[in-house]
Amino acid sequence: MNYLDELENKTIYIIREAYARFRNMSLLWSIGKDSTSLLWIARKAFFGNIPFPVIHIDTSFKFKEIYEFRSKYGKEWNLNLIISKNKKALKEGISPEKGKFECCDALKTEALKQTLGEFNFKALLLAIRRDEHGIRAKERYFSPRGIDFKWNYKDQPAELWDLYKSQLEAEQHIRIHPMLHWTELDIWKYIRREKIPIVNLYFAKNGKRYRSIGCKTCCLPVDSNANTTRKIIKELEITKISERNGRAQDKENSYTMQKLRSLGYM
Amino acid sequence: MRKDVLKIVVIGHVDHGKSTLIGRLLLDTDSLPDEKITEIKRICKELGKETELAYLVDQLKEEREHAITIDTTQIFFKTHRRNYVIIDAPGHVEFIKNMLTGASLAEAAILMIDVQEGVMEQTRRHAYLINFLGLNRVIVVFNKMDLIDYKKERFDKVKTELLKFLGNLKIKPFFLIPVSAKEGTNLSKKSQKMNWYKGPTLLKALDSLKLNTNIVKRPLRFPIQDIYEINGEKIIVGRIASGMVKQGQEVVLCPSFKGTRINSIRVFGKRNKTKAKAGESIGLTFNRPLFVKRGEVVAQKETPPKLTNRFKGNIFWMSDKPLYINKTITLRCAAQKVECGVEKIEKRIDPSRLETIQVNAKELKRNEIGIVVLKTKKMIVMERFNFIEELGRFILEQQNQVCAGGIITEKLLA
Repeated sequence: MNYLDELENKTIYIIREAYARFRNMSLLWSIGKDSTSLLWIARKAFFGNIPFPVIHIDTSFKFKEIYEFRSKYGKEWNLNLIISKNKKALKEGISPEKGKFECCDALKTEALKQTLGEFNFKALLLAIRRDEHGIRAKERYFSPRGIDFKWNYKDQPAELWDLYKSQLEAEQHIRIHPMLHWTELDIWKYIRREKIPIVNLYFAKNGKRYRSIGCKTCCLPVDSNANTTRKIIKELEITKISERNGRAQDKENSYTMQKLRSLGYM
Repeated sequence: MRKDVLKIVVIGHVDHGKSTLIGRLLLDTDSLPDEKITEIKRICKELGKETELAYLVDQLKEEREHAITIDTTQIFFKTHRRNYVIIDAPGHVEFIKNMLTGASLAEAAILMIDVQEGVMEQTRRHAYLINFLGLNRVIVVFNKMDLIDYKKERFDKVKTELLKFLGNLKIKPFFLIPVSAKEGTNLSKKSQKMNWYKGPTLLKALDSLKLNTNIVKRPLRFPIQDIYEINGEKIIVGRIASGMVKQGQEVVLCPSFKGTRINSIRVFGKRNKTKAKAGESIGLTFNRPLFVKRGEVVAQKETPPKLTNRFKGNIFWMSDKPLYINKTITLRCAAQKVECGVEKIEKRIDPSRLETIQVNAKELKRNEIGIVVLKTKKMIVMERFNFIEELGRFILEQQNQVCAGGIITEKLLA
């Protein structure tokens, strides 16, 4: 078995463990490369048809390419798609200009809370990876959240071997991170091997490409001529710039990510 | 070309330099983004401190402010030989469950020891715990050689002390390396300052470790995770814990011992798959319909497991509420979940002093190790840890909380 197979097999194992315990669950699809890979593997885990809904948290500030991709593959992969929007906050005119922390918190974390409340999901699959950010490296595969969504990073449950947390206290939900052990490079090698369709913003146009995508307002492209998966892999093998370099929220304050995450951010 | 990946855990007493070592390895293997280095410099300046390599690793705010590691974290680096995942584990006693979480994923361990301080409480406890988790690839790194002028005498003294202790645990380290994590000596390159040291650098030592692959040669054990009904067809899903499965193979389901045959092996996107081996997440269909449920184990007809409801094991207790003998708790092993009770606590051990606190104890307290006899209410499939890891390790739960992890050392008569 090669390394990518090992990663994939473990991810399938975790997805199936999650489903075995929490039938009432959902997958969070940002339509970026990681969650699209997770979706791809989830389809494999369930032999082509994911038996639970897929949530897209829509801040309404996303790139148009993301919306196009969503509508195309939502149909092609037969997804039961839930679009999660914090309509109230949007009506009140919240936007990144009025503070990135507040914007992320309202349009992502708060929107997700509303959707979770509405559908009463007990478990959420998320495609975060340990190599993305030091705070994410501390995560568990099965990471419980309280009713207020808070991540109690100071007192996380033990997680031994592949024996994941199976029971929840009432009012809790659990974040499940089946891609935690993948790196950015692994993801691209896997996308190339599997020929996974991916939003074209990742591929260089006029000397620029996005390494990480989210809201149009808070993502900047990096200098690059990599316009194929092969070239992206080559680029990543030598780069010394970190993946989320183009993301605004990580930079503003060294602890913003930790603060956001402890409040329930992804 | 494919490189393998080795997961290593870094353990040792608090302040013996675990996070600094990791920071240095990242720097020396050129695994750090430039902006990360700039960020660390800036944060250190903000906090009014000297640039501290450990900050790369200690990401959580509290950790930076108090200069300790609270939770386990994972970091990636590579050499020409292979890729590495380093698991940094906290040294403080309050965070021991986080240390175990990290260490349970590792395939090798770097045990760090400060040559000035020598063997400390946490050195002993961690060594005991990795041994307990079944990790036997251990490299010992004697850190802070720069603070003792790189003198061999002190190194030898601490080495003797440590080897005596490790000998009691039957741990034989693969390498014993004197280093300075701060200066970078003997990590990726040697230095004239320690020309008395003839062994490899840490990176060379790591590159020389071999991975274990004999699990495929063990008898087939396929713990059933779930049963999916797809287009009217029942697909049994799971990950092969050991051995191989082949189309047409005669199998039994345990513990019921109902027999059937493998009709097909299902992997989405792969047609005509005729065999699969340990580590693969697959689906199976059987020749005749059987009532199957999660937790059962598929084995080859000729090599079925011997069922058991009593076994001896080592457990590490993590909960504030003590473990009492004969109290009903939940045991989980692979996909099996059963009620059980501890029949006997043969020994109650303090892992830092390696002392038996009590023989035939009635209870086990937080951060203590027990050599226990467990009895499950139902017959289950279990194996000795040294034989099939996945069926030889278990956790104990009480009120939905993980209270203990353990490994099976011996199957006993019912």
